[in-house]
Amino acid sequence: MDIAFVIEKFVLVAIIFGISLLIAMYSTYAERKVAAFLQDRLGPDRAGPFGILQPLADGVKMFMKEEIIPSNASKWLFMVGPGLAMLTACIGTAVIPWGSDITIGDRVIPLQVTDINVGILYIFGVVSLGVYGVMIGGWASNNKYSLLSAIRAASQNISYEIAMGLSIIALLLVTGTMSLKEIVEQQHGWHWNVLYQPLGFLIFMVCAFAETNRAPFDLPECETELIGGYHTEYSSMKLGFYLFAEYINMFVSSAVMATLYFGGYNYPGMDWVLLHTGPVIGPLIGTVVFFIKIFAFIFFFMWVRWTIPRFRYDQLMHLGWKGLIPLAIANIIITGIVIAIIEKF
Amino acid sequence: MEPLTSKKKVLEQKPLTFAERMYLPAIAKGLSVTISHLFKKEATIRYPEVEREFSTNFRGMHSLKRDEQGRERCTACGLCALSCPAEAITMIAAERKPEEKELYREEKYAAVYEINMLRCIFCGLCEEACPKEAIYLDGPIVPADYLRKDFIYGKDKLVEQPLNK
Repeated sequence: MDIAFVIEKFVLVAIIFGISLLIAMYSTYAERKVAAFLQDRLGPDRAGPFGILQPLADGVKMFMKEEIIPSNASKWLFMVGPGLAMLTACIGTAVIPWGSDITIGDRVIPLQVTDINVGILYIFGVVSLGVYGVMIGGWASNNKYSLLSAIRAASQNISYEIAMGLSIIALLLVTGTMSLKEIVEQQHGWHWNVLYQPLGFLIFMVCAFAETNRAPFDLPECETELIGGYHTEYSSMKLGFYLFAEYINMFVSSAVMATLYFGGYNYPGMDWVLLHTGPVIGPLIGTVVFFIKIFAFIFFFMWVRWTIPRFRYDQLMHLGWKGLIPLAIANIIITGIVIAIIEKF
Repeated sequence: MEPLTSKKKVLEQKPLTFAERMYLPAIAKGLSVTISHLFKKEATIRYPEVEREFSTNFRGMHSLKRDEQGRERCTACGLCALSCPAEAITMIAAERKPEEKELYREEKYAAVYEINMLRCIFCGLCEEACPKEAIYLDGPIVPADYLRKDFIYGKDKLVEQPLNK
């Protein structure tokens, strides 16, 4: 453990943190732009060219707003909630492999903060923790709508986590490892997991929509029923943190989907490019490809939001428990049988 | 009760088929509809920079007209104020002095002519009432402002620019 290692990791963490905040910032802008274009509108275009400075304007607005803590709220938890939501959203990026190893001289720098051998479980755990921010915020507000929304968020996350976990088990049967780095390496050269696990991917994606509280599963913040949702009582940057955490969650789950099912930083013709561009530029091109995949997923999240109406609560539970979970179990069984047959012959 | 129209639709409530219960075909169809709107032209007009084309009889801001020699046509008869259903127009008349012959066409003219744009309903009755063809609603949209007093437009804003300028 030399000092260079510490510096290298520190720089990597700082860059990833910065990038995820930047992407979350511009996701708010992209959301409004995509929404506008899908509805034949223009979207924000006043702040800077094409409205590119809109997130900054929003950020300034958030900071300048009056900070209100309801007198009946549980003050400490009220303040902890947004921070927790933000924290759990950010730490998920630690195990995602952003690119193949960069070689400078004789030093190999992995573009991944840590390659723990239970990477998927870590992601899974962090995603489940994410609901605590929502729960604590909703409960501490001492508002029945917030509480109702927090309960919805919790039960929704719990229900869909099961199906998500089961869909991952089928994936693990195929890959035989839980390290995200190894999973990505295995997908080198068109062996993308989505081709082996299309049903698993579908289940995982639906669950990812539910876990990030995105439409059509945005019941925790449906304005028509719950005013604003769990952040009804929040104002100023605390509200900003909640909204931000939601976009970071979307970014992280897009990254996880791209990693697990769409080959991560692999792309066709990768070997040739790596050979011709050298050990520094080559991996960075892979990182760019990875981010393109992530952006495609983020766009898909937004595209779906403006297409599908919100589920009713009983339909949500029906889909989760009676639809996705049996389907995920069937997927595991079929995958297991196929693998057994292939190994036999 | 007798049906009011001959149109009739029998509502069928069959149980959903497997494909319908799966949602996926319907979702794919919906996604294709929304993505097609990504490539459509926006309906938005960027207003202050670009203006919508108006029809020729659009009624916008008023303008007080001048005659061919650049003299103000208005003779402060008060018919416009009288006809105004919103009571938006007020005026104070004055007598023309001999040296002002180049400025005003009639012996009597409006020393003060004010239209409250917040009251005006742009009905066009003033231009119909005017016997001197002095007022027309042929201007642009009245711009937004912050204070009520700034919406009371005086002669400085209403009178047409002189011809030679």
